[in-house]
Order: sequence, then structure tokens, then C-alpha cells
Amino acid sequence: MVRLFLVIGFLLLTATARAAVDGEELFARHCSACHGSNGNGGVGVPLALPSFINSVDDEYLSKTIRIGRPGRIMPGFVELDDAQVTAITAYLRSWATKPAPARDNTVVKGDVKHGQVLFSSHCAQCHGEKGKGGKGTGVTFSRKRDLPIIAPALNNPGFLAAATDSMIRNTVLHGREGTPMNAASKAGLSKKDVNDLVAYVRSFADAYQKPAYQQSGHQQQISQPTEEDAVIVMESPYSLAETVENVKLAITNQNFTLVRTDFLDHGLVTEGKENKNQVVLHFCNFRFLFDALVIDPRVGMFLPCRVTVVESAGKVSVMAINPLRLSKLFNNDELDEACKHMHEIYTAILEDAVL
Amino acid sequence: MMKRLLICTFVMLQTISAQADELIMVRSQQKFPEAMLTLQTSVKEHGYTVTRVQRIDVGLTGMGYHTDKYRVVFVAKPDEMHYLIKKYPLLIPYMPPKVSIFAENGESVLVTANPALFAKMINDEHDKAIFHRWQNDIQEVFDDVRKAD
Repeated sequence: MVRLFLVIGFLLLTATARAAVDGEELFARHCSACHGSNGNGGVGVPLALPSFINSVDDEYLSKTIRIGRPGRIMPGFVELDDAQVTAITAYLRSWATKPAPARDNTVVKGDVKHGQVLFSSHCAQCHGEKGKGGKGTGVTFSRKRDLPIIAPALNNPGFLAAATDSMIRNTVLHGREGTPMNAASKAGLSKKDVNDLVAYVRSFADAYQKPAYQQSGHQQQISQPTEEDAVIVMESPYSLAETVENVKLAITNQNFTLVRTDFLDHGLVTEGKENKNQVVLHFCNFRFLFDALVIDPRVGMFLPCRVTVVESAGKVSVMAINPLRLSKLFNNDELDEACKHMHEIYTAILEDAVL
Repeated sequence: MMKRLLICTFVMLQTISAQADELIMVRSQQKFPEAMLTLQTSVKEHGYTVTRVQRIDVGLTGMGYHTDKYRVVFVAKPDEMHYLIKKYPLLIPYMPPKVSIFAENGESVLVTANPALFAKMINDEHDKAIFHRWQNDIQEVFDDVRKAD
């Protein structure tokens, strides 16, 4: 019997150890790209910062992993199973210097209107008007690294779903050591003031509105990808060669520079054997490129901009990626605006070329 | 209490982030040149051709961008790409698939669109399997770069 307990105990220990190893591996695979190899932060929050990891409960972490931060790059990891999420949470917890706080779902009551006044004078400078987050929060890899963190978006539905009133209250009360976030007492705020602030932050759930461009029909269209809405395509009444020249002119008319023209299968077949009926025009506006990369450097995989002219069965078509479809991949509201602008540019170029 | 419940329900309904698996993204502790070499080596070992390496960073540092190492690597299997774009011409703007690689804080970050996204654009199960295989391959390639010393 004792031996049986020993075996069970050994198996439990082994399983625990394996979970810890898996958590580290899962973190490296899914999280480190944004949060840094050692949790020191990057585009994502520095999870290893003691004043952060010591102050958040495990459910806050697991809900954040599951739900993400809509519109702020952090995706929802819905494909991970519960054991994997638990393993990642356990790995994050290994950076803590004291035990995790217990989840406290007590509702904090306060004066929302007074909280709003306090928020405007004490919090909005960093957290943005109506808690929309500091400029660049979670949206750029290329920001200067003179701050350990940029103030997160408190009005984000992912944050509001994961954080308890108690957690928000404690953060306001004690601040975040190692970040610009000071304790409430340093700002002369009373405990009642803090409760009012919590009530105001919680009220963001009532006020949250998706950006206007997500409220239109685009969102529904984007959420159900089809072959058609992934591309912008127009038929050309001109020959392939004429259409290519038209596209070149249209690119210039939109203040873009033609980078090069080649065939779609360039590099895949022996030079000279390419399919001459599939012509790719690459173009760029360096100011636009810079602005897009500063917002989100991941967009490089769809750069430089390109339009493809194809002749098949006597028909000439002009086609491009649909930036509105792609914007959903990045979960970045700021980038969505740029993608909407790029959609307009692509559409204008294609229309110019075929009219 | 009821109001709080309704608010929570509202919040949960609003919390629709992009799914994590739509982009495949990893960090490598290798510096940019080494990570780039590991990437290209692994791509070739998995049977793909690097058709082009595009510089994205020309002039960016002069404008204040904080990395001067940014490339887009075009990768494809010629036969499969030709087969797919012939059958599904609207895939053309997405072909060949690309991997972004850029320096970040002394390390390297790699990003690509999950090839499984392309599978959502077509109906034929046999052809969908091609994209799912590409997905597995790119995951392995990224793991190679991520784990490289």
C-alpha cells in the first residue's frame, strides 16, 4: 500500500514537473515573441515585473490568455486546451516573488461621476481619454525602450473581463513599482477616491464601442472569409500589356513609386521560362511604409504593395490582396485604419487601370 | 447584481480578439544574421524554394525607425504553387507565401500568415490538406529558428 502511494506520488511529481517544462515551452512558442524571451516585455507587458506578476491572480492571467485584448495585438489563444493555459500560467507564476493573490470578486462601489473627474486629472495623461490606452500601447515593436511599459487600455473588453474590481483597486492603491504608475497616496487620493476610480473604470464596459469601421458591414464580411473578399479583383477591357502600363500609371497617380515588375513565378522556374501572363507590379510609398511599420512591423509580410495582372482564357484581370480582410489577422485597431486607407488606394489603382 | 451580470455578459460578447493561430509568430534569441541563415536553411530542408529576399528597411532608420534589419522572405514549392493558382486564380495575390523577419531588441522576430487561412478560401478537402501541410512545415521551420542557439 505504501509502495502504491509512493508510485502515485512519484507520478504526480513527474506530471507537475512536466507541466512546468511544458509551460516554459508553450510560453516560448506562443508568448515570447511579444513578451520577450524572459518575460521582460516588448510590445507586450513585462510579465516578469514583480509588481505586476505579484499582484495579479491566476484567473486574470488565464482569462487574458483565453480572451486576449481585442484590437490591441494580444490575440485570444482559443486553440490552447485548459491544461496548456494552466501550464503557461504556472510558468508565469514562477517569476513571482510571493504567492499569487486569491481571486476576489467583491464588487467595489463608488461614484462613477467623481471617478471620471479623478480619472481625467490623474490617469488620462497615461491611460488616455476614456481609458483607451497610451499612444502606442500594444501596437508597436519599434517604440523607444525608455519605458518598461506603456499604459494599457483600461477600456479594453479583454482587460475588463479578466480583471476584478479588487485587482484594479489594489493597482491604483499601490501603483506598479518599476513603472510610471504611482500609488494613489502619492497623488493625494483617499480610499473613497480609489473606489470611485474603480467604479469609473468598470463603467467602460457600458461605454465600449467598436471603432466605426468595425461597425459597418465590413466586420461581418471579414469574419467569414471567402475566396472573394480576400482579394480585390477587377476585369480589364484592355490587353495584358496595356493593363500593365495602366497599372504603372495608376500607381504613380497615387504617389507611389514602382519598385519593380516581374513575373509571379520568378525564382521558381528557370529564368526565361516564367509564365508571361502573370505580371506582378511591386510599389511603395516610403512615408506610408514607415508609418505602417511603426504601427505594426508585422505588416511587412504584405509589403511592398503589389498588384498582379493576369491573362487567362483571353480575359485580363487585375487583382490585389484585400487589406480589410488582412487587418483582422493583426488584431490592431490602429492598423485597421491604415488597412482601410490601403484598401481605398488599391481600389483606386485597380479602377484607374481598367477604366 | 443583475446590472453587473448584464455588464459582464456584454463584456464577454465584446471580447472577440483575433485568434492566435491566424498569424504564426516566434522570437529567436539568435541575432538577425544568424536567424536569417537558420530560417533559409530550414526552409530548404523542408523542401521549399526561397524565391526572393526583399529588403524592407531601406531608408527607414533615417526616418527614425528603430531597426535597420527587416527582410521579407518569399518561399514556395513550385509544383504545388502552380497547381493551386491554376485551380484557384484568386489565390494569386497571396502567392508565394512570405515570412517577415526583423531584428528586435538584439533578437529576431519571425511572422507569417498561417497557411491554413488559405484553406478557408477553398472547398476541396484534398487541396485544403496542402495548406495544412504547409502550416505544419512552417511551424517546424519556426521551431528550428526559435530553438537555434
